[in-house]
Amino acid sequence: MSIRKIFEDELAALKSELVEMCRLTETMIENAITALLNRDRELGKSVGKMDKRVDEYEMDIEKRCMRILLKQQPVAKDFRVVSTALKMITDIERFGDQASDIGDIVYHITGDNYIKPLHYLKAMGNLAVKMARESVDSFIRNDESLADRVIQTDDEMDELFLTVKNELISLIKQNAENGDQAIDLMMIAKYLERIGDHAVNVAEWTKYNGTGVHLKF
Amino acid sequence: MKKVKEELPFGQTISVKGANLWYGDFHALKNIDIEIPERAVTAFIGPSGCGKSTFLKCFNRMNDLVAGCKITGKFMIGDVDIYGKTDVNELRKNVGMVFQKPNPFPMSVYENIAYGPRTFGIRKREQLDRIVEESLRGAAMWDELKDRLGKSALGLSGGQQQRLCIARALAVKPKIILMDEPTSALDPISTGKIEELCDELKTSTTIVIVTHNMQQATRISDKTGFFLLGELVEYGDTEDIFSDPKDERTERYITGRFG
Repeated sequence: MSIRKIFEDELAALKSELVEMCRLTETMIENAITALLNRDRELGKSVGKMDKRVDEYEMDIEKRCMRILLKQQPVAKDFRVVSTALKMITDIERFGDQASDIGDIVYHITGDNYIKPLHYLKAMGNLAVKMARESVDSFIRNDESLADRVIQTDDEMDELFLTVKNELISLIKQNAENGDQAIDLMMIAKYLERIGDHAVNVAEWTKYNGTGVHLKF
Repeated sequence: MKKVKEELPFGQTISVKGANLWYGDFHALKNIDIEIPERAVTAFIGPSGCGKSTFLKCFNRMNDLVAGCKITGKFMIGDVDIYGKTDVNELRKNVGMVFQKPNPFPMSVYENIAYGPRTFGIRKREQLDRIVEESLRGAAMWDELKDRLGKSALGLSGGQQQRLCIARALAVKPKIILMDEPTSALDPISTGKIEELCDELKTSTTIVIVTHNMQQATRISDKTGFFLLGELVEYGDTEDIFSDPKDERTERYITGRFG
């Protein structure tokens, strides 16, 4: 019989729920981007409906962390694991919010055709899913080098965002009628870029979990 | 014709109404009502001398042995009024007890476990062998003691002795186990093992534990009762008691601001 088996079981359940929550938000981002690329308004709308489940996960995990802190009084590394989980759920929940916002824009987006090809936005979407997944995985696997890679990947995301932004500015300059859709696409790009920022926050918490020092990158 | 002894319907819940206890002139327990659920761990906390151990000992009538002790109120174990026409030996078979200091009998590990069942008339070796194994397994000790069954129990470490006492209590298949500060004389590793054991035992047994260690109460109990000066000040779900106590006195005690 291992000492503190109850606590270890609680931690395992906590990590498993975090992974489930993150996987759900990845699906939401993927669906939002698919909806955008296919102009699938209904799929876009359905992303928002999934957000309720993400909020439930956040509440469940928060409650679970509080219960562990209260009942098991973790110290040292154990304390950092629980406090890290408690902090990172806020960022994971934001993955879901941003995906939901993108889905909402897709539902309402104006114009019959897109004013530009969407391959940069598609690349940003893929990168957002990858960063979200790897940031949480770095915590689950206690892999600080993966967390570092997530932090570095954010530069790629920022560059893509700038590229999309510059494209859209020139499209508006060319023809003011592009304005409405350009702003919609700009907001989608901004939401994807924000997902990258939240993934960086999660990665920073992974590094805190390993080192006990919380650095901002 | 041999008279068949009627089995009383001892259950696994404890229900107490209007309990009062006096040691001579000293009013040690005051108007206590409590409903203790079955198959859960209930912890009693409170400063020394507040009545928690005294109350615990009411559940298997250990206070009967104290001169000048007077008890009033209704104590029900399941459907049995334990201060009514109850055979005290039968009561203590159903409501086992583990004390602060491990108290193995000065005999072998095997004999310690077999003692209770023998007292209740079990003589067959195979049956006793099975009970010894089941009880040691129940206390998560079979693997470490199966080759030392014939050795003296007094040669075990303090933590092992205490778990042996739990195994000994399990041997008569009690419905409830009372624990009076069972880990206060043990090191942290042995304490951890007893705490894990409580969590496993509660799937089949009701456990009531008195502890001075509030962290222990939060870790292992489902319900907590806070005692002060002979009163049960507050009783409820452990998470509620330790996160949002309703009584100012509970708040002050559990946050270390008491006195």
